Amino acid sequence: MTEEREPLLKVEHLKQYFKVSRKFTVKAVNDVSFEIYPGETYGLVGESGSGKTTIGRSIIRLYEPTAGKITFEGMDVSGKMDKETFRKLHCDMQMIFQDPMASLNPRKRVDEIIAQGIDINHMAGSEAERKQMVIDMLEEVGLDPDHATRYPHQFSGGQRQRIGIARALIMNPKLVIADECISALDVSIQAQVVNLMKDMQDKTHCAYLFIAHDLSMVKYISDRIGVLHLGHMVETGTRDEIFDNPIHPYTKSLLSAIPSPNPKVEKKRKYMTYNYYESGIDYDKGMEHLVEGTHTVLATDEEFQKWTNA
Amino acid sequence: MAREKIMEVRDLSISFKTTTGIVNAIRGVDMDLYRGETVAIVGESGSGKSVTAKAMMGILASNSIVNSGTVKFTYNDNGGESKTVDILKMSKNEIRRDINGKHIAMVFQDPMTSLDPTMTIGKQITESMIWHYKTPKAEAEAKALELLELVGITDPEKRMKNYPHQLSGGMRQRVVIAIAMACDPDLLICDEPTTALDVTIQARILELIKDIQVKKNISVIYITHDLGVVAKVADYVDVMYAGKLVEKGTVDEIFYEPRHPYTWGLLSAMPDLDTRDDRLYTIPGSPPTLKNEIKGDAFAPRNKYALNIDTRIDPPMFKMSDTHYAATWLLDDRAPTHDMPPEIKGRIERMLKEENK
Repeated sequence: MTEEREPLLKVEHLKQYFKVSRKFTVKAVNDVSFEIYPGETYGLVGESGSGKTTIGRSIIRLYEPTAGKITFEGMDVSGKMDKETFRKLHCDMQMIFQDPMASLNPRKRVDEIIAQGIDINHMAGSEAERKQMVIDMLEEVGLDPDHATRYPHQFSGGQRQRIGIARALIMNPKLVIADECISALDVSIQAQVVNLMKDMQDKTHCAYLFIAHDLSMVKYISDRIGVLHLGHMVETGTRDEIFDNPIHPYTKSLLSAIPSPNPKVEKKRKYMTYNYYESGIDYDKGMEHLVEGTHTVLATDEEFQKWTNA
Repeated sequence: MAREKIMEVRDLSISFKTTTGIVNAIRGVDMDLYRGETVAIVGESGSGKSVTAKAMMGILASNSIVNSGTVKFTYNDNGGESKTVDILKMSKNEIRRDINGKHIAMVFQDPMTSLDPTMTIGKQITESMIWHYKTPKAEAEAKALELLELVGITDPEKRMKNYPHQLSGGMRQRVVIAIAMACDPDLLICDEPTTALDVTIQARILELIKDIQVKKNISVIYITHDLGVVAKVADYVDVMYAGKLVEKGTVDEIFYEPRHPYTWGLLSAMPDLDTRDDRLYTIPGSPPTLKNEIKGDAFAPRNKYALNIDTRIDPPMFKMSDTHYAATWLLDDRAPTHDMPPEIKGRIERMLKEENK
């Protein structure tokens, strides 16, 4: 780890609350901090309702963060932004959504969908240049240039997700937020899309924030991983730190739940249960403890002692 | 112990009439199921897994056409006599009266859409008992409590009066399983039972179904594309592609000695926790549309091991052992020698090593 590397995205003590009624507020994200470096893949895992999607959406400013600071390329993007910062944020940060059918406008042709970012930001000098950019992009994501005049419903799920990727990557983003972008696809198509994402990363050196609940895929694609539970980041570290040496009981139970495609091992495997409400752990009391390297875990001093010695 | 065959599917072929033409969803499927055993049907979406299961239950959509085939189901009648029926020849009313919910029960993918939002949990569980067996209400309710306990729901008395929206996703799926078990079925069909659930809950639901299966000695069919699930629960695996079985065998045969190129692709597309290769092995392209007549092997266009004959003649099932069959010309004596792709070879070696650890 080089110390002088500047993080591309720095999230500090992010809080995102949703006021449901006068008396009741949902604390979807509670005091989460992490960093993403240029060109790396950061995996965010946790069960449904743990706040992983909310974090992604807060970062790209689909929500107004309640508190905390988000720094992207040295700019503060958590508070009020001037026009220039706003524009830059929307160019350099892109998102790929879970459901490729719902996230593509069914009334627009594929070339219109992909070129929308170009049009808004006047990135193309001429009509011919715009067309060429779309064709190049389609070829890069493995679609036929003839597909440009078709509509989203004429494609299969995997192809639609490729359109979603093309739309995100045509802006040459520095960070792509991929929110469960392969969960809705078949296993064999998932592998194709993951391979494509890896290839595009090699070419463009963009960073990914990969949000998923499929841990085996997260392990495969991520350099570093953050484990979320109930809006708290309970453990974060590099892939090997998390998978080889999980400290937090929630991480352990999550890892024990990964189904392994190996019948002889899988039939014997027992799942470790974890119940937050009965475990006596209070995330609000916990502090970040450094285990080693970049590996930190949320715990009180006593808990940290207990977990690391066990 | 002699195995008691409860389901026998022979040469099943089903088409659907759609606005764009006839879709041949199932093209000749043979399948067997014995009491107390678990079969997993795996394949991509559109490969016909769900249609096969629906045919077994007699709940095919109204635009379906059964071209040929038999679905023979053997069950114990009220008097305890063994009775064999062909589901495809029964009328809708007969199926509703004698089979559905009573002897074959199904658990669907999404627990929210398979529960009635306007009925309490208790009412939904007792409904089928009262309807099928005319169980007195008090007795049915006592059994419903027992079932809720069996599926691991705490405080069942309180939950009986709850509505589905008051429960979490995992809880709802437990309720769905309780409903399915209400009439002590002989066969439970689970259509992607855990896809909509989190990994942590998934593991618990699968263990639950397994426990119930052992306790009640029922047969279970899993329809899934998650090979982790298959590895956990299945005794036998049927791999489907484009409306046909391409490989069938015991779970060990499919995972450790797969012979069909499509099975290779499926196995290696899902990374295991030790996959460190730069790229995942993928099956190129996408599944064929079944609207047109398929000449030869449907998998040939995506298969890099495809032989010339694959484009002309559909391969028959080649037999490797009493339980293991695969439909690929690569197993013919005249086929050129071929090797598994290195990705899958490495994977199998790793798996076997892991086991000896």
